[in-house]
Amino acid sequence: MRPTTLIATWVMSLMTVAYCARLTAQSSQDPNSDPRYDELGKVPEKYRAKQNPLSNDPEAIKAGAILFKEHCEECHGVGAVGGKKAPSLRAPQVQEASDGTIFWILSNGIVRKKMPVWSKLPEPQRWQLVRYIKSLGSATTGKSVEDRTQKITQEHSQE
Amino acid sequence: MPPTHNILGFLLSRSFAYLLAIPVVLAALFLASPAGAQENPYFVAYDHNLEEPGSLEVETFSDFGTQRKGNNFVSYWTEFEYGATAWWTTEFYVDAQSTLQDSTLYTGFKWENRFRPLKNEHWINPVLYVEYEHINGADKTMKEVEGHDVESDFAPPNSELRQEHIQEIELKLILSSNYKGWNFTENTLAVKNLSNQPWEFGYAIAAARPLALKGASHKCNLCLEHFIAGIEMYGGLGDRYSFGLNNTSQYLAPALAWNLPSGWTFRIEPSFGLNDQSHQFLLRYGVSYEISGFGRMVSQLFTGKQ
Repeated sequence: MRPTTLIATWVMSLMTVAYCARLTAQSSQDPNSDPRYDELGKVPEKYRAKQNPLSNDPEAIKAGAILFKEHCEECHGVGAVGGKKAPSLRAPQVQEASDGTIFWILSNGIVRKKMPVWSKLPEPQRWQLVRYIKSLGSATTGKSVEDRTQKITQEHSQE
Repeated sequence: MPPTHNILGFLLSRSFAYLLAIPVVLAALFLASPAGAQENPYFVAYDHNLEEPGSLEVETFSDFGTQRKGNNFVSYWTEFEYGATAWWTTEFYVDAQSTLQDSTLYTGFKWENRFRPLKNEHWINPVLYVEYEHINGADKTMKEVEGHDVESDFAPPNSELRQEHIQEIELKLILSSNYKGWNFTENTLAVKNLSNQPWEFGYAIAAARPLALKGASHKCNLCLEHFIAGIEMYGGLGDRYSFGLNNTSQYLAPALAWNLPSGWTFRIEPSFGLNDQSHQFLLRYGVSYEISGFGRMVSQLFTGKQ
């Protein structure tokens, strides 16, 4: 065997092993252990239990959608599917979190990770945002995220 | 001529129209990636809300002031405010002024930094402020009032005032709270002129609230939640050797901000002097425009990464 063939085979084998290792790591990763959502678990208990005072307000989701577009979409992406700067808010970690938890994160930000403090929005507007975010529902498969994003984009373009 | 007569004449003059147009034209140059702003209406006081990371806010303001024993003036300043991180906002100012029947001149620059030391929201939220000023004595922006700054300091002609060169370090402790839609803020100010002058002190207190707390369920520019009304009071507190209100100027100023969802904010604030050492009347007005994702755009420009 010529030396160049040997080196090529060695490089190919190395790349194949690296690729397989990456696939294995991805498939074995627990979706709930994504460190980007760690802050949700750090919310103090008394705030987690807070009820959304606008949970019966039929206009809250619409108002929340407008606020989301104005203040959050730049980082979290259209339909909150995630952007370059911030993670998806459609992940189960967020969708399964209590309203009080999301409200606390909005109010306090995650300053060390570039999430700004949104306490400058009055409380009712923060609760409207919570209603909107929770209304999006969980989207764990790529296809449904794309479908929802497309639908939301169409809705926005029609407005 | 009494000052009120001068104000009316000035407001009706063509030069006022130009001055009003300058900020609008400048801000129109930045029509890209707007972000919904939610700015309090203050001109002097600061609250604890910093610029969002990566966002650039371009602001241009003017301040018309009456002057006894001298000529009325309009000062202008343009600010470039950038959110470096969620806990650090940095800002660069360029100042200028026009004194009626005198001249128009550039008066200097300022570089300001605000730091949020605590990561969570509290009842009272401290922000530390450090500013370097390199201005001349003709600077009339009055972004803060300190020490024994009084109206008569502004009376001499620009040719005389501009001879003085000032380099100052300014420190502020900003204590601010948001409660039930209200913002309350208190700023304590200490200024050190680097040319061996004593420490000077000042303050600003302010409160503001949106006219409506809930967001509307339809898009609108004139909905009440886009308007924030407030009031601020500010003035000097003397210096290290003569601390107190004696021989200082004090002002009370109602203020209004209109935050448009497109990223524009318009602000206006009439200020009224509370003692004989103060200007009788100041009218501040300005416009700002927030460009979201500015940092990323610049980064893409230099790295080519999408």
